[in-house]
Amino acid sequence: MTRYFTKEHEWVDVEGDTGTCGITSYAQEMLGDVVFVDLPAPGRVLTKGGDAAVVESVKAASDVYAPVGGTVIEVNADLEADPALVNTGAETGGWFFKLTLSDASELDGLMDEDAYKAFVATL
Amino acid sequence: MDLALPLDSLHRELGGRMVSFAGYAMPIQFEGIIAEHNWTRTQAGLFDVSHMGQLVFASADDVALETLLPGDITGLKAGVLRYSMLLNDNGGILDDLMVTRREDDLYMVVNGATKHDDISVFRAAGLNPQYRDDWALLALQGPLAVAVLERLAPGVGSLSFMRGGAFALLGVPAWISRSGYTGEDGFEISVPNDAVEPVARALLTHAEVRPIGLGARDSLRLEAGLPLYGHDLTPAITPVEAGLAFAISKRRKVEGGFPGATHVLDQLLNGAPKCRVGLKVEGRLPAREGASVVAAEGVVGTVTSGGFGPALGAPIAMAMVDAAHVADGTALGIDVRGRILDATVVPMPFFPKSYVREGAPR
Repeated sequence: MTRYFTKEHEWVDVEGDTGTCGITSYAQEMLGDVVFVDLPAPGRVLTKGGDAAVVESVKAASDVYAPVGGTVIEVNADLEADPALVNTGAETGGWFFKLTLSDASELDGLMDEDAYKAFVATL
Repeated sequence: MDLALPLDSLHRELGGRMVSFAGYAMPIQFEGIIAEHNWTRTQAGLFDVSHMGQLVFASADDVALETLLPGDITGLKAGVLRYSMLLNDNGGILDDLMVTRREDDLYMVVNGATKHDDISVFRAAGLNPQYRDDWALLALQGPLAVAVLERLAPGVGSLSFMRGGAFALLGVPAWISRSGYTGEDGFEISVPNDAVEPVARALLTHAEVRPIGLGARDSLRLEAGLPLYGHDLTPAITPVEAGLAFAISKRRKVEGGFPGATHVLDQLLNGAPKCRVGLKVEGRLPAREGASVVAAEGVVGTVTSGGFGPALGAPIAMAMVDAAHVADGTALGIDVRGRILDATVVPMPFFPKSYVREGAPR
């Protein structure tokens, strides 16, 4: 399994043609206390860089973009009861949704963990 | 480039995340908005509100001030604060503010984002207030605020809500009032810029006190039903529409003589076409400023501020809504990204206030 990162602070774990997506620890730190996650309905087709979800923190609503294109196959039901999972486990139990990748070549150009860490260090 | 307030380095030292607000770099949060919110509701939170404008007028300016504000200023007794609003010729709100008569002057606190415009309005009316940007302003808010501040400034506990007085705080002359913007008991403390850091550090040495950022300030005032200028109050909204008719003093209702008085007093008698209301939102998805409020016939209003109420554990909002839909208990919808959330008009505050009013047992 390989994890890729975007400059918009999303991550995607890829296994075969399935991607599991979420936001990074850095992103949740910036957002603060998450109180609701508006997730895409299963079956929805997402395009790379397009709107995928909305994270509501106490202060504001923030768009989350699809790191890669694909069809949503599952959302993290735990986030409905406990949206703060995004704060406590952004890159583990606080994942957002899984999708079937439409085009694996879209992963080209995403960052690996080291590149993302280096990117965050410049912010 | 944002201006730095006197506590800038202390905020950074305490881990505050700094954002741009009203032209200043200010902390949005320290440990987290929900934790800071709940701390203020149960302990004592220290807020830096030095961005706000502190103005001093001559005592005799009270008559001229009444031509700009709907409050009774000439009848204000020494040591008493009055909430009022600067109005335009249509009765629209240019700013909301606190004015206090002191022994030798009138002391006013106005919003940070509007202070320079306010000063222009005062000058155009022939007034020449001193703009005291050499003073900082702190707020200590929460049920334990009085116990903490009493240790540093003995006697502050004898003030009741909306009363102020001169005190010595660490040997520094301070103007302290029992007031705030959280719905909790607490104080606002004006001290010279060069004394504010030692005062803030001294307050923070008490275990009951933690630093609180702008984020929790906003969620606290929202739960308390207190309007925010530039959002719930604008030049297109009158005091009656804003649900702030209480701030039009009795004598002024009879005499008028403030900007837009004819229009505002007509609304007071005959009702306004729209009104600021509180909305309790079903579910957990917050409705934000700008969201449309809908009823069967279509859009009937707009959310002016909204979010999640941490002490309530539920989303809440304020909205400007057509008068036909403002009765308590009215069922409305809020359009959030195409989804219609169920909402109900409820009385404000959403969270009960804990003010220590005059005559109340201490």
